[in-house]
Amino acid sequence: MGSINDSSAGSVRGKLGAIFAFRETILILVLLVAGIIMTIASPVFLTWSNIEAILLGLSVEGTIAVGMVILLVSGGLDLSVGSTLAFTGVVCGLALTGGVPAAPAIVLALLAALAVGLVNGFLIARLKMNPFIITLGMMITVRGLLLVLAQGRAVLNLPASFTVVGQGKLLGIQYPIIVVILLVIVGDILLRNTRFFRQNYYVGGKEQAARLSGINVDFVKIFDYGLIAVLSGISGLMITARFGSSSLTVGSGSELRVITAAIIGGASLNGGEGSVLGAFLGALFMGILANSLNLLGVDVYWQNLATGFMLILAVVLDMINEQRKEKRR
Amino acid sequence: MREELLTVEGLCKSFPGVRAVIDVSFTLRKGEILALIGENGAGKSTLSQILGGAIRPDTGRIMLEGRTVSFNSPLDSIDAGITMMFQELSLIGSLSIAENIFANRQPTGALNGIKWRELHTQTDEFLRRFNVSLDPRVLVKRLPKGQQQILEFLKAISTGPKLLILDEPTSSLPEQKTAYLMENIATLRSQGMSFLYITHKLSEVFKICDRVIVMRDGRHVGTRETSACTENDLISMMVGREIDNIYGARARAGRDGDALRVEGFSRRGVFRDVSFTVKRGEILGLSGLVGSGRTELARAVFGMDPRDSGKVFLDGEAVRIARPNDAIRSGIAYLTEDRKDLGLYLNMSIRDNLIAPSLRRFTGAGGFMKNRAISAFAAQKIGEFSIATPSAFKKVRQLSGGNQQKCLVATWASTEPKVIFFDEPTRGVDVGSRSEIYGKIEELSARGIGIVIISSDLPELIGMCDRILVMHQGSIVGEVERADFTEELILSYAAGLKSS
Repeated sequence: MGSINDSSAGSVRGKLGAIFAFRETILILVLLVAGIIMTIASPVFLTWSNIEAILLGLSVEGTIAVGMVILLVSGGLDLSVGSTLAFTGVVCGLALTGGVPAAPAIVLALLAALAVGLVNGFLIARLKMNPFIITLGMMITVRGLLLVLAQGRAVLNLPASFTVVGQGKLLGIQYPIIVVILLVIVGDILLRNTRFFRQNYYVGGKEQAARLSGINVDFVKIFDYGLIAVLSGISGLMITARFGSSSLTVGSGSELRVITAAIIGGASLNGGEGSVLGAFLGALFMGILANSLNLLGVDVYWQNLATGFMLILAVVLDMINEQRKEKRR
Repeated sequence: MREELLTVEGLCKSFPGVRAVIDVSFTLRKGEILALIGENGAGKSTLSQILGGAIRPDTGRIMLEGRTVSFNSPLDSIDAGITMMFQELSLIGSLSIAENIFANRQPTGALNGIKWRELHTQTDEFLRRFNVSLDPRVLVKRLPKGQQQILEFLKAISTGPKLLILDEPTSSLPEQKTAYLMENIATLRSQGMSFLYITHKLSEVFKICDRVIVMRDGRHVGTRETSACTENDLISMMVGREIDNIYGARARAGRDGDALRVEGFSRRGVFRDVSFTVKRGEILGLSGLVGSGRTELARAVFGMDPRDSGKVFLDGEAVRIARPNDAIRSGIAYLTEDRKDLGLYLNMSIRDNLIAPSLRRFTGAGGFMKNRAISAFAAQKIGEFSIATPSAFKKVRQLSGGNQQKCLVATWASTEPKVIFFDEPTRGVDVGSRSEIYGKIEELSARGIGIVIISSDLPELIGMCDRILVMHQGSIVGEVERADFTEELILSYAAGLKSS
């Protein structure tokens, strides 16, 4: 009887090889090396206040990145996250200054964010529209909507019952940092290990095949757009609470930084690949890069150049690596 | 007699302009391998897609184990126990073997968490049952193509279907994997699984199938026990069609000189040491089943696909062809079988399409396009090839299939080629446009251009060609002169039953 056996390329080359095959491992190593170099180069780097600043800086986009990488895995994309973030802050701010207590104001604001996501999801999943175009349109529409709602003015002097969300501490750690770390841990476990979230890999890998496997593709997509909108909303609330006011311009450009982080972390715009941990490490990498350049006294204008270069480098290395493996087959 | 699994009664399906399946009835028994054969366009694919739930029939009844069923989607069919193995791979490269086979059926524990160890043990046991020793954790994209195809088969049977529909499952499998597949199909049959086996390879029909149904022009023309018929019986059932005279009548004058000579073309696993010549003004047919390597060969001559070895001579002189651009400049034109994706720029105008391979000719000083020359050229070609359009600026997407194909022929005829490959020149083209295209092909040959027609439509080759080469598994196995043309002879070469 004929049989099909391991070809040499098909087998996992030892445990060590398997571990190094993960993007996360490589990123952790890169971050460790960078950390060691920076610790030597700058006495400030390895202090709690600096680390806290880095983490606080990426708490907003790190939270959105959890949703973005899930969406990228499913083959989707959301450009409206920055606008949704600001929109949520404004809705909450207006509710608060209108006399609504903190808890219902937060719920109301998150429902508003969810509505944005569900509209995105519905148009993309049910009407089969292109995610890039729909969310680009939504990005502009929602930014416009919040300007109309706020009459072009930031909402100031928010009550302390609300600002504690962004300014309070638990065990000496600021809430936003705790929130992002919890979301990353929970999100990574869910996307890696639960059947529900793993449906995203099938949808992004081959949509038609996913349907044949009995996956409710439309539901998965709508869920993902709803989820990322709520996460953007949470980010918006955290940043609004931290500053005690609802800014109208906050979040501009964050959609592209979040996508950059996810891609540095191993996600692909073609869908089917990526992990939450990878996306977070990508965001951490960008945060540490910016922080290091600051500490080393490099002009702030160089930061974009460096981040862009790193994104291109990551993608090019990825491509070379894939082609090498193809040849070995 | 064994119990009936599937009964189909009076199935009909029409598409605009075509009656694809006409009043088809048949039964399929439990634990039976039923072959479905017929020429291209006979309606096999439509019939199988109806059973697989991808297409809804216009009329007719499908009964599974005595109950009438109706499928709105492939998922309905799968739920009812009919799985169709698709030719295009449904595997997801970035996931492991285990997650591909048990797609959306992974064992889960608390909070929807996947029990990885159980999934891997389960997969390992499943693979071992079919003599496959692969690590279930390996990502599918790391497997060679042949193993991926086997995995596709295993995935299809992993849900334990009552009926598995296989459409040309061995068309791109190497021999050893074909043997593996055959053995496992036989084993599964003995366990009570039924198969509908669509194939062009008659040898496979006799090797593993119990009965065979033959389709022709959308109709079910007969059912035979494989033990009680011969290959020739089946071939004449498949053919049985008269050839009309839409191919025109041209002077088949003596020809001198080779327009194209191809020597020693090889590409590992695709075609092997292929040599042939096309004389000036000759119409040469290239026949063979899908997957026999004929399109790949033509694409390699045109520089579009890679080759391991092989030389090309035009008018007796060696030419170096590494890219399509080399071929175009040396005088080779290739009209792809994939008109919509590769042949035409559907969203661009007729005018822009006509000049696409000849841009150099219409570029003037400073790199500017010569718009007046282009307009004159487009108007002339639209007239010459009778493309029905109100304007040269009309988008090609808006033309009928026949006019699109005429546009493609006009485009390539204008590159001043010495030899033209027509790959499936009349697929999806109405009869009127067909005879116009045949007329143009004959005109081009009268101008001394060497013509190669690649076609699955045997009557077309027989009607048009001076000589036909037949490919089977990457080699030319037969050469037939016009005087000896019969469908039976060509089909028997193509099916690998005969070689010269």
